[in-house]
This record gives sequence, structure tokens and C-alpha cells, in this order.
Amino acid sequence: MNRIVLALVVVVTALGVAPAGAQEAGNIKVAKGAVQVERAGQQVPATVGAVVQAGDVVVTGPDGSVGITFLDNSLLSAGPNSVLAIDRFTFDSTTHQGSFESSLRKGTLAVVSGKLAKQSPDAMKVKTPAAVLGVRGTEFLVRTGDPKN
Amino acid sequence: MVSRAALAALALLLLVGCAKPMRDDLYALLPDQDGQTGVLSVESGGRQAVLDRPYAAARVTEPGRVAAGAITEQEARQAFGAALDAQPGRPTSFILYFLEARDELTPDSRQLLDRIVDEIARRPAPEIVVIGHTDRVGAVTYNDTLSLRRAERVRDVLVKVGIAADRIRVAGRGEREPLVPTADEVAEARNRRVEINVR
Repeated sequence: MNRIVLALVVVVTALGVAPAGAQEAGNIKVAKGAVQVERAGQQVPATVGAVVQAGDVVVTGPDGSVGITFLDNSLLSAGPNSVLAIDRFTFDSTTHQGSFESSLRKGTLAVVSGKLAKQSPDAMKVKTPAAVLGVRGTEFLVRTGDPKN
Repeated sequence: MVSRAALAALALLLLVGCAKPMRDDLYALLPDQDGQTGVLSVESGGRQAVLDRPYAAARVTEPGRVAAGAITEQEARQAFGAALDAQPGRPTSFILYFLEARDELTPDSRQLLDRIVDEIARRPAPEIVVIGHTDRVGAVTYNDTLSLRRAERVRDVLVKVGIAADRIRVAGRGEREPLVPTADEVAEARNRRVEINVR
């Protein structure tokens, strides 16, 4: 009896916790070489079809590259030796409102903005350690880093 | 006669001028695929560059030091080749048309369906959204049901040719989103449709 109650508590707790923060932001469509996704302190290899969430940090190795399609149709792809953090992603598929903030800590990034940037010029931001980029419906490239690396 | 202080100042200037840049940041705007070009603002340490032409670029060697210029297509390719090669396929959409008051595709649309299936099959981890619509003949609730049935019909065809059902979402929008606005109870073939978004 007690064991059943305990099991139920565990199940209920798991159900209560899992959906929070488990918001899908995008899908990995391309993963070549070493690509990892850091989530809540855990590192898992990125695979094609895997979900990317707000809060994730995507890391590529020296031979790695990764391409992600987001729910608003934004496309982000990173080259080797890159660290890309998905800081914030909210998107209302009916009104196309929300916000998308990401940070390229180092490496290279190609971006095609989607419905969020089209709906509102302030909705999409990409940061680097040295700059903040404001996006008004466009395709662009970002490289950031220390020349020593 | 040059003063010692002036020499010292000159030496300092040379030293600062020759110092290695702290950063190697490059920001560049590309033309969109539809031939237009958007706008990208680059803000660093209170300085800003606005890029609004194809291949306009800004370099940042340290925060607050922003140099606007341009790069060539080849330079972009060289510096960003791997990132560009990893770009996912562009999201795309198709429209299929239906016979009046039915969930049967028109003959033309039936042929287009084959192309759509090919397109989906080429994509890794495809995500498909199928949205059904109707014209304004009939009650709103009837059209809600009909639009969903049309979407489900298309979903079933996609599943039958091997596309995983869990990659397909369906929705019915009834008569709410006509392609061609009409008065109520007007039959309009272009509104009897299913929209398939693929990414």
C-alpha cells in the first residue's frame, strides 16, 4: 500500500515537473561531426530530429556543424568550434508574436529569420560577447571570437 | 627640437596602434532568397552600424570599435562555408484543392500530391502541418468538420506512402480563412483547399 502511494507520488511529481521548461523551440535538421546539446547541466549528442528548447546550449566540435529549424521558421546553423545558446524562445503560431534571443559565444553562425522577425522588428535578437544584433527580416552571418582561438 | 614628452606620447600611440585586435568579429548581411535584402543593426559598446545592402559587413575588433564595410560573396563562402552548408532546407508550403462539399481531391491536386510526397521524403526529420479549409457554403460548424476531414484525408494519404504519422499535425480552419473572400453561401473552388506546410 505505502509503496503504491509512493509510486503514485513519484509519477505525479514527474508529470508535474516534466512539462515545465520542456517547451519545444526547434528541431535539429542537420548534425555533422561532433555536436552536443547542453541542457540543465547534462550534455547529450545532438541527433537529427532532436528537439531544441529555450535554455539549451548547442556546442560543435572542430569537425562539427549543426542546423536547426525553429517553430517560427527561423533557420540557425553553426559551423565548427561554435557555442550557440538559445536564451529565449516564445512564439504564438496564430498571431506570430513572441521573442527569440540567442547568443553566439564563439564560432560562426548563419541565420535566416522567420515569422517572429517579420511580425515585429524587435522580436529577434542575436548577441555575441561584443555586440547585439537587431534583425528586421533578413539573412545574415555572424562570426565572433578571440583571434587566438 | 622634439620634447621627450612628445616622443613618449608618440611611442605610446605606436604601441596602441600596433596592438593585436582583441576580437575577430565579422557581421555580414546576405541577400534574401527572394532577391530582397533586409536590415541588420550591429550595436557594440554604444556604437552602431546599420547593414542594409547585400554583403554589407561590420567588423568589431573590440567592444565599441565598429568598422562598416563590405565583403564579397567568396569571402562569405570562405568564412562561413560550414555554417552555410549546415543550413536546414527552407520551409515551404503547398495548396491542394478539393471537389465541392467533399473530401476528394481535384484531379490536378491529386497529381501535385506526388511532388509533395517527394519533397517531404527529401527532408531529414520533416515536420508537416496540414490545415483544411472550406468555402462558405453551409453552416460554420459543418465547414469546421469538413475542413478537418479534408486535412485528415491528406494526412492519411501521406501516412499511407510511408511518412511517419507523428511528424504530421492536422487542423481544420473551416470557412474562417478564405483565400478569396466571398459573401456567405458563395461556392468558391479556390477556398476548398488544404494547405500543407513542410519544414
